[in-house]
Amino acid sequence: MRKLTWFNTVSLSVGFAFLYIPMIVLVIYSFNESKLVTVWGGFSTKWYGELLQNKAFLDAALVTAKVAILSSTIATILGTMAAFVLVRSGKFLGRTLFSGMIYAPLVMPEVITGLSLLLLFISIGMDRGVTTIVLAHATFSMCYVSVVVSSRMATFDTSLEEAALDLGCTPWDAFKSVTLPIIAPAVISGWLLAFTLSLDDLVIASFTAGPSSTTLPIKIYSSVRLGVSPEINALSTIMIGLVTVAVIIASLSSKISIARQKRDEYMANQ
Amino acid sequence: MKLARRLLIGVPFVWLLILFLIPFLIVLKIALSDYAISIPPYTPTLDPAAGWDGFKEFFSQLDFENFTFLTTDALYWKAYLSSLKIAAISTFITLLIGFPIAYGIANTPDEWRPSLLMLVILPFWTSFLIRVYAWIGILSNEGFLNQALIWTGIISEPLVILNTNTAVYIGIVYTYLPFMILPIYATLEKLDASLLEAAQDLGCSRTGAFWSVTLHLAKPGVIAGCFLVFIPALGEFVIPSLLGGSRTLMIGKVLWEEFFSNRDWPVASAVAIILLLILITPIVLFQRNEQKQREQTK
Repeated sequence: MRKLTWFNTVSLSVGFAFLYIPMIVLVIYSFNESKLVTVWGGFSTKWYGELLQNKAFLDAALVTAKVAILSSTIATILGTMAAFVLVRSGKFLGRTLFSGMIYAPLVMPEVITGLSLLLLFISIGMDRGVTTIVLAHATFSMCYVSVVVSSRMATFDTSLEEAALDLGCTPWDAFKSVTLPIIAPAVISGWLLAFTLSLDDLVIASFTAGPSSTTLPIKIYSSVRLGVSPEINALSTIMIGLVTVAVIIASLSSKISIARQKRDEYMANQ
Repeated sequence: MKLARRLLIGVPFVWLLILFLIPFLIVLKIALSDYAISIPPYTPTLDPAAGWDGFKEFFSQLDFENFTFLTTDALYWKAYLSSLKIAAISTFITLLIGFPIAYGIANTPDEWRPSLLMLVILPFWTSFLIRVYAWIGILSNEGFLNQALIWTGIISEPLVILNTNTAVYIGIVYTYLPFMILPIYATLEKLDASLLEAAQDLGCSRTGAFWSVTLHLAKPGVIAGCFLVFIPALGEFVIPSLLGGSRTLMIGKVLWEEFFSNRDWPVASAVAIILLLILITPIVLFQRNEQKQREQTK
């Protein structure tokens, strides 16, 4: 019954063309000799060279990397804790408020999140800079992490943990040697999600950044407002390339680990 | 063990209280305050040192003036209406494009599907800003699209698309398309093919079976996808600011300008509060849909 009709083929080709042509055009024009983005002036990699000379972009990239690594790590720890609370902790005072605060940031428009955090930092007199961006990013990313981790934990067999405890593990040992390995894939994908969210964020960073802490999206946005530039195309190409490689590695490694798990199960059954 | 449990609940709880709930209450407070030329640019500020009288003084000065102001100035309600319109139309277009793609993926042989799904997810991991930026080069007057259309002889004069609402629609549909495809695919994938056969055995035509079985069973996915596009599109800032023109009114952009250009914090806060009130209905409907789906799978 499941057969590819001509309609399916057409909609898939048109759909994927729509998704990918803009990015392909962007990548092609990053190798354009001409300064005018619309005129093809021959193949050249000079914009990449110029990008590497551009100190403002390099500084911004450094700030972005710092913010993304710090905020996604904090978000992963807090988000995993929150996932435990949501799935395991049963009833406690303020549970509804807690789960509300986990889900609300997911649907909150970025302009509002950014505005409210900025007003907080100003009212407590905190100087804006890398720290405030990290706090802001960690807060909204932890909600995404906790959703990813808690959906994994919902299918988790608690008897494994109980067995470890019965066999004399301390709760911390049981967590380390049983729980953590099982939820690890979800924790890692939560971290990756938090990392890309932070890497990508323009609106919240614009509200919470100080003058000395320009992130890459803020820098890109301010130069894009002046029009298309081949340097931005080169930068975009590098970022698209990195993401593609990372996603392919991640999907291959998960495929390998699933295959290994299947093989282990098969050997165990022999 | 008790202490561990307290820490486990306490740390994320306090974090969210300080960095999510309290900021939000501050927005509410400033929305009820008056604009002032000072730093920070609003009065009154709460002075805890003044004790109870300070509190009374603080609350007596709060009023709904900013909200009345929003209703009197046409700019604001026009921006809300136009955001609703743009979000609704682009959600509908996304559905029209996304459904056939999800349906196509569900119908491809098993061994193809993971790769096709990855192709849908890959743009989602790529920078949002870059995906919006890519369209500037395509839609501008000397852009790729106009060059291609003129070269093929379809048009003789370049079409003005960039800096219009059309460009905003294209931008929203493009960036949010994966959010529409994935939930629809998730429902279509579970669809039991024997139901379609049964419908045809009972005398349905192929199209009839599609309308009454496939579409009907895909409804939860369609609803979820529509909300996942509509809710973020409503408060969108980047797309209208980069692809839209000066006449594109969207509330996210108005809030941004009110805050950064006009530096009127009380009005910006009031704009934010009303935007949230508008969003509550779709969010509640979305969650009810999700819950219903979860109960059905159980």
